[in-house]
Amino acid sequence: MPVLARWIEAAGIPTVIVTMMPSVAEERRAPRIVGVEFPFGHAFGMPLDRAMQRRTLELALRVLAGASGFGTRVDLDVEWPVPVREAYRAWQPKEPSPIVRKMLESRGTSSRP
Amino acid sequence: MVVDSFKFLPRSFRPLYEGRGPFPGEKEPVWAPFEKRLAESSFALLTSAGIYLKRSQPSFDLEHEQTHPDWGDPTWRAIPASAAAADIGVAHLHINDEDLLADPEIALPMHLLGQLASERIIGAPAAEHIAVMGFQDRRLTDWQQKTAPELVAHLRGQGADGLILAPA
Repeated sequence: MPVLARWIEAAGIPTVIVTMMPSVAEERRAPRIVGVEFPFGHAFGMPLDRAMQRRTLELALRVLAGASGFGTRVDLDVEWPVPVREAYRAWQPKEPSPIVRKMLESRGTSSRP
Repeated sequence: MVVDSFKFLPRSFRPLYEGRGPFPGEKEPVWAPFEKRLAESSFALLTSAGIYLKRSQPSFDLEHEQTHPDWGDPTWRAIPASAAAADIGVAHLHINDEDLLADPEIALPMHLLGQLASERIIGAPAAEHIAVMGFQDRRLTDWQQKTAPELVAHLRGQGADGLILAPA
């Protein structure tokens, strides 16, 4: 998605990417980045937690409108309120995705990564 | 604090993302200055959570991905800002969709954006937001030649002054 942000930015529309992997977005040269330490699928926060979602969205708007130059990254200082091991399991699909299944088969194992 | 980009990622996935640098030809800075005030600006959202309107739009193509694991559907869906959670379907093989279905705002906070407009923090939300499926073909050809130009045209048609993208 960082490269999609770049193409849209290059067309003249300012962008910000809200991502769980901000260091990767930096490597891929996204113009503006908000980092969130949230599980995948939850870019703006916990379900039904409007206060957390609002903090994330307002930071994204501030970075989008206020960043002074290319590569600006601001990380959101909010801790995910679920134990890491539990959250790590919860975001993953019930069945491995096709690409993960392919990786596992190529390693000759049926265990999850 | 500095976010740990790999906190929730299986360890074996880390080398797939880390240290690979920019995509070919995508190293130079790109920059569109944001010159208006928030309260005078319109914003659109884009999620890669595979959201679609389950009664009126086709799902993303998961069947083809099942048989072609390196492929991801490069199409996109326009999601009206007025869509209710009950209207939303999720087609994504890489994440658990339970929380998304319970509260799509975790990926596409379009009602929250409308709330910020009603409070005059922003000018307006776009009438339609954007959903893609996220698992992008590694060659990116379809995305660069078709999807991205369509999205730019759509955003211009919406009068969007800025775009907030959120990978799933």
